[in-house]
Amino acid sequence: MIELRAVQKAFGANRVLRGVNLTLPRGQSMVVIGGSGTGKSVLLKCILGLVRPDAGTITLDGQDVARAERDAFLARFGMLFQGGALFDSLPVWQNVAFRLLRGSLKRPLTEAREIAIEKLRRVGLKPDVADKFPAELSGGMQKRVGLARAIAAEPEIIFFDEPTTGLDPIMSGVINELIREIVVEMGATAVTITHDMRSVRAIADNVAMLHDGVIQWTGPVAEMDNSGDPYLDQFIHGRAEGPIEAVR
Amino acid sequence: MSFILSFLATVGRSTLAWLAGMGRFAIFAGETVSHLARPPFYMREFLHALVQIGWLSLPVVGMTALFTGGALALQIYAGGARFNAETVVPSIVAIGLTRELGPVLGGLMVAARVASSIAAEIGTMKVTEQIDALVTLSTNPIKYLAVPRVLAATLAVPVLVGVGDSIGIMGGWLVGITRLDFNSATYIKNTLDFLENWDVVSGMIKGAAFGFIVALMGCYFGMTSGRGAQGVGAATKSAVVAASVMILAANYILTEVFFTS
Repeated sequence: MIELRAVQKAFGANRVLRGVNLTLPRGQSMVVIGGSGTGKSVLLKCILGLVRPDAGTITLDGQDVARAERDAFLARFGMLFQGGALFDSLPVWQNVAFRLLRGSLKRPLTEAREIAIEKLRRVGLKPDVADKFPAELSGGMQKRVGLARAIAAEPEIIFFDEPTTGLDPIMSGVINELIREIVVEMGATAVTITHDMRSVRAIADNVAMLHDGVIQWTGPVAEMDNSGDPYLDQFIHGRAEGPIEAVR
Repeated sequence: MSFILSFLATVGRSTLAWLAGMGRFAIFAGETVSHLARPPFYMREFLHALVQIGWLSLPVVGMTALFTGGALALQIYAGGARFNAETVVPSIVAIGLTRELGPVLGGLMVAARVASSIAAEIGTMKVTEQIDALVTLSTNPIKYLAVPRVLAATLAVPVLVGVGDSIGIMGGWLVGITRLDFNSATYIKNTLDFLENWDVVSGMIKGAAFGFIVALMGCYFGMTSGRGAQGVGAATKSAVVAASVMILAANYILTEVFFTS
């Protein structure tokens, strides 16, 4: 279980996170929603230690993540980045098997390649994609390769940063289904950031809305439509009128 | 009064920003050097960098050395003719190239080619979150990106300088025998008689220092690149400018150390 208590982060005068309290239960899929620039990605980066919070604590199974042994801590995570973040200089299979080719999880080359091809198959890509370079793939295929890389080492916790942004509705649906299947199949804890309400409904067990640097509302996805929270209501229905200013 | 305070505040802010930048660079340089001696070592990335920095820089360094050697021979001949010292052309070309022009021009050409390419590549990786992805994949970006490049440049540039010296001397010889009526055998004998091992070795040591500077600057500015195309462009420009200035400064310091004691 991941717990965030009073997490704050500012960039200069811009106070992005102003005291975030959130519990991410083990084995469940949490989707964090919120407007652009509200700090959703910063939140994930704080958990992973890519960004250091100014105040507050983040614990994983009761242990402060700031004091955790980095390699062991990061080995528990997989992450799908918004743009895929595939390494241009490496062929697809080496991107997928990156973690399996070096460090504590290192496997023999042939075994790592086999695992990479199996993970590519799992996300609906054929083995001939393995030897291509990321620049040769479409946006949707790059996202799927990113997804295969995120699950390659079978992590306990997977983060998805805007997994459907920039994809057509059909490909978005494919990615949403894949994420849901993988999370259920692996029993992983998943945290997804998205603006896409279709994704929220397809992926989430629980939803948290980040607004003005704090968690404005959190609860099961089934309760989202009848929350009674004017902020959440405005956001999920995409209305210009409401407590959230349209021009920010 | 408010104008003076505003001016002082601006100077103070600039000074603090400059000192913070120097501090960040010092920490980055220290971290890179400390990782040079600590495992794991990424051999594949090192060999790739060696080819990119060493082998692929050979044409530009060679051409620069060839034309510089030729021009140097013409200049020394024209200058020497004022006091009947035309015969010093072979020795001055050789000494000038091996001690100064070979390493400095080679270093500057490598700075233009390599510092820019490293800064643009790593800057783009930063902008597209590839560096964050490295961290989440339990890989230290300094160890994976900076160490192989810095080590490859430190080892490759002295070799480039050595090859450049030979090509530059050959450029001087070509001009000497075709344009200045030197006898080929005499030109070569004069070159070899006056050239000392230390002339060549000191130039190669300078080359190693310049290679280190070039790669370090490329990596530092790449990793601290701002957002978007403008950020990567600014990082690339800063890497080339900083590497060039530091090469010239380091050249002066090394020349003081090597040749004035």
